[in-house]
Amino acid sequence: MKALIHKVAEGLDRLMRMIEAPTLVLQKKIGIHRMGYVFLAPNMVLFSLFVFLPVGLAIAYAFTGGTNMLIWDRPYVGLENFSRLLNCKNYMEPATCEFDLFWTAIHNTWWYTLLNSIGTLLMALITALVLNRLVRGKAFFRAVFFYPVLLSPVVVGLIWKWFLARNGLLNGFIENLGGERIIFLLEVFWSRFWVVYISIWFHMGFFTLIILAGLQAIPSDIYEAAQVDGTSRWRQFWRLTLPLLMPNLLVVAVLLLIRSVQVFDEAWVLTDGGGPGTANTFIVQFIYQTAFNSEVRLYGLASAASVLMGLVLLILTLAQVWLAKKSEY
Amino acid sequence: MFKFLFRTRHPGKVDIADILSWAWLFFGTTMVAIPIAWAILSSFKTEAEVNSFPPSLVPKAAETIELEGQSKPLSVWEWHKEGEESMRVALIRRIGIKATVVDIKNPEQTYQVPISEITQVKGVHFEWKNYTDPLKQFDFVTYIKNTVFVTFVATILTLVLNSMAAFALSKYRFRGKNAIFMLILSTLMLPLSVIMVPAFIVVVGLNLADNLWGVIFATVATPTGVFMLRQYMLTIPDDLIEAARVDAASEFRIYWRVVLPLCAPAIAVLAIFSVIWRWNDFLWPLIVLSSPENYTLQIGLNTFQGQFSVQWHYILAMTVIALLPVTVVFLLLQKYITQGVASSGVK
Repeated sequence: MKALIHKVAEGLDRLMRMIEAPTLVLQKKIGIHRMGYVFLAPNMVLFSLFVFLPVGLAIAYAFTGGTNMLIWDRPYVGLENFSRLLNCKNYMEPATCEFDLFWTAIHNTWWYTLLNSIGTLLMALITALVLNRLVRGKAFFRAVFFYPVLLSPVVVGLIWKWFLARNGLLNGFIENLGGERIIFLLEVFWSRFWVVYISIWFHMGFFTLIILAGLQAIPSDIYEAAQVDGTSRWRQFWRLTLPLLMPNLLVVAVLLLIRSVQVFDEAWVLTDGGGPGTANTFIVQFIYQTAFNSEVRLYGLASAASVLMGLVLLILTLAQVWLAKKSEY
Repeated sequence: MFKFLFRTRHPGKVDIADILSWAWLFFGTTMVAIPIAWAILSSFKTEAEVNSFPPSLVPKAAETIELEGQSKPLSVWEWHKEGEESMRVALIRRIGIKATVVDIKNPEQTYQVPISEITQVKGVHFEWKNYTDPLKQFDFVTYIKNTVFVTFVATILTLVLNSMAAFALSKYRFRGKNAIFMLILSTLMLPLSVIMVPAFIVVVGLNLADNLWGVIFATVATPTGVFMLRQYMLTIPDDLIEAARVDAASEFRIYWRVVLPLCAPAIAVLAIFSVIWRWNDFLWPLIVLSSPENYTLQIGLNTFQGQFSVQWHYILAMTVIALLPVTVVFLLLQKYITQGVASSGVK
């Protein structure tokens, strides 16, 4: 391992010496401060190609139809993609919509976002409060709760799929207690339940750390003063901790909303791509399927859905930035 | 240990909050540990054991024995005779509910017994074949190689490109600097899920579809990395750079020899995260890569479980391989990872 690092460092050094000569020539020509552009350039090229250009393309494609991939081969259709997506007799009933899968995905995502955000926020808050109380062993438990965050969605999906399998450990417990085995991932209620549960399990540690950092930023002399005044612990929590933590919690809540709207990976692996039926089909999955995984690749429609989702995320992000700014004071 | 675990905020007093706290920690730890430990333990089970119900915790396998006069190794069973001591026997054949067994101690002696009276003997057994077979029979070696390549190259590029950009944004004065910085920051809120369709079209346009470089290039310019490194570089005094300039060092040399070494802590944090991100990536490689010889481990694993959903003994073993590097990194660098998250909210 050490030898490898050494080798990499040496190789990089040789490469850098090679790069240095032309940059020196450039530097003499354009002056020291314009070298900033040179250092920025590689990064900006990639940013432009894979972020800025796609944003423009997403908007452009959303107004085109047909199945050609190249933009100049695609007919301009105006707002047709949007109106088709939004064409619905009753927005509460996906079956009455032209694209019922889109509306099913919206309803699923909406419910998932609500339950996942509330669940994760509560669990993370409680865990952070408990960890903050600990005199010793804090590092250990913080690590335990954080570990799942680092796993890959495929690993998380597979571990839980196995845990919930027909002959998995959970069914072993249930049968031991005298119950009947349940095929969890084939029943609508249970599969939805587990998708939310596993998301909480997966990402909770991340938010716990962020809330914990917020808790530790509360000056301890406030509590000492409260203690002197004889304020009960319960009252301290409601009157001091919670209000002081509130800006922090709001930022976490919006962050949770932003991430929940984008749910895809672990749900996709766990439910074999959104099942049973369309019980766990979310918006990102709708976009992915429409653009890449269907017979006709409807890039325009997928882009229109992306743009709509991007707008929701934009609003949420602006809310987060605003809250983060407010919470700094 | 006992004392340590039960230490409370107010010595000598255990209040309800302490009990609830420890209950929560215990509950949470079990919730996190059980599914992972169960999957890891199960990855060492034989195919029969993986599919058996009720599930066992420890990987076990049927014991076999080679006896004189028998051509094949026989499985070992326990014969429970009513009112007598049970006896170890080896199973020769089984027809309907009758089994023909042979006494292990006395291989000449065979018996006919109803199968309800015998139970199979199992011993602890780790099935390493679950790990070696998929590497031989399926493409997992290729997947692992691809993932290592992507992780390694993407991390190096991430560090170099992001630190260069951060250097420019923190140590130079040029027109449009703040606008560019805001532009980069604003991409923080642009998740891949929103731009995946056009980003794929760009990859196709660059002729990088179904190519590992298509996976790499799209991920190396990260706003998080630029932001993190820029904030760190702002703390490096400009005098240092002026001094290097007086010594006639080129700007590139200043970046490479002065600023970069001083940023080692921030670079290390970004490196850790980049390795974890790239190793775990799923959606983007799923879009870009289409032929199995280019799959990364995560994509290969997901495809494999879709096609061979009954072969859990292989799936679980490969899952453990997929989680292993991240786990090792975490165990070694736990402090830096949790601090990195708490201070900058990366991941």
